Amino acid sequence: MPMYSEKVMEHFTNPRNIGEIEDPDGVGEEGNPVCGDMMKFTIKVKDNRIEDVKYFTFGCGAAIAVSSMVSEMAKGKTLEEALQITNKQVAEELGGLPPNKMHCSNLGADALRKAIRDYMEKQGEVKQ
Amino acid sequence: MKTINLDYTAAAPVDEAVLEAMIPYFREHYGNPSSGHTLGEKPREALEEAREKVGRLIGAEIPGKDQIIFTASASEANNLALKGIIAAGKKKGNRIITSAIEHFSILNQLKSLEKEGYDIVRLPVDGYGLVDPDQLEEAITDQTILISIQVANPEIGTIQPIEKLAALAHEKGIPFHTDAAAAAGWIPIDVEKTGVDMLSLAGDQFYGPKGSGALFVRKGIRLRPLIEGGIQEKGLRAGTENVPAIVGLGEAARLAHQSLAERTEKVASFRNQLKEALFKEIPHLHLNGHPDNRLPRNLNVSVEFVEGEALLMRLNMAGIYVSSGSSCTSQALKSSHVLEAIGVPPELAQGSLLLAPGRESREEDIPYITEQLAQVAELLRKMSPLYHQYLKEGKDNANVQ
Repeated sequence: MPMYSEKVMEHFTNPRNIGEIEDPDGVGEEGNPVCGDMMKFTIKVKDNRIEDVKYFTFGCGAAIAVSSMVSEMAKGKTLEEALQITNKQVAEELGGLPPNKMHCSNLGADALRKAIRDYMEKQGEVKQ
Repeated sequence: MKTINLDYTAAAPVDEAVLEAMIPYFREHYGNPSSGHTLGEKPREALEEAREKVGRLIGAEIPGKDQIIFTASASEANNLALKGIIAAGKKKGNRIITSAIEHFSILNQLKSLEKEGYDIVRLPVDGYGLVDPDQLEEAITDQTILISIQVANPEIGTIQPIEKLAALAHEKGIPFHTDAAAAAGWIPIDVEKTGVDMLSLAGDQFYGPKGSGALFVRKGIRLRPLIEGGIQEKGLRAGTENVPAIVGLGEAARLAHQSLAERTEKVASFRNQLKEALFKEIPHLHLNGHPDNRLPRNLNVSVEFVEGEALLMRLNMAGIYVSSGSSCTSQALKSSHVLEAIGVPPELAQGSLLLAPGRESREEDIPYITEQLAQVAELLRKMSPLYHQYLKEGKDNANVQ
């Protein structure tokens, strides 16, 4: 077991906002079970703000703590602000992550961004 | 808090009697076995006694025609066996045959040898981890210089038909090495009956000290040392002998030999009851390895829909110590090569747990272990996207094995 910060252990032990929003405004998935970590974020948007965010996570201690932290960081933010959240910031908020967890388990911000883009696409704000 | 160790393959406490036997060799018998004066006598005798004891554990007559070379680990013994016989170069050729599920101390040195131009054949195994003797026979060519296949696998516990495999090697005059690190001290091993030419073992796997290992070498097998210097260990391992560790290894071997049947039966009984309880209480649990033909101290299961490190951490919080074959729990961030070789799907390999009881394991702890693992599995499944996908679509890996 790697050395995790107290903050990581705290979020791993008591993860916030677990679940899946019914009729979500946006859905974002990142990772896959083959590499060991997978996250699915669902968001509810109101007045351009993330009113609610929930996730399901398959993964190690870091992956669970990262998901929990991202959900806390995103809640209440405008979409523009939430899009600015980086994996690095998430790791910092968690008091750091072991080096080998930075890449594979730190996918929360990516999954959230996918959920926001999904919402924006549905709104016709982003054309692809 | 109550703590329960189910990771005895990683480490076990040194037997009290073993420790007692070692202590004088730190104190009054501290001498160097190579000394010509009186101080060297007792340590020198102790080395030879330890050799005999290790020999008895594996059915080798020491002193006699064969040799026991002391090393610092089974990894070192594996390196001495493979690199040593190749460097001695008695047999000409470039093919070395092994199995896909060997320990890294075999596989990684073969990877290096492959880069040097050796032709390495890694035999596949079946869904239980068994090597097929017919496939070994097919792989043998006149270029084959060595075959190395383990007695039993440390991760899934599967016991190989070593006698048959060694016989095939001998028909063609090829030396046969076996890594017995996981098996020695836990199942009967007889180098005469199985006919292996070299065998590696480690004392810390059967209540001896860490840093103690040995390589059995049959008469007629020529090796070159990995460590050159003085002529300790018949010139096959230079450096002043670690006498206390060797004495400890010898005593641990003697005790294991003496109580093998009893030890095996006790641990197997615990393992069987634990297995039964877990499969009764926890849905979507998969057994990895063979149902019967496995080491008594080995249970390996996959908890579907969840990841191993998270399981390990949650169990750790409940005072239960286990290990996992998931990528997140490995330093290399790669999931177990053993589980991959036996065809366990990646997502199930990520949720694998190795439960390795020891002779200290107590049956009265089984309900607690079961209850905790059931709770942890449920809690992690509730947050798993794979589990919710299963609930929606009804797809799982129940029929994979």
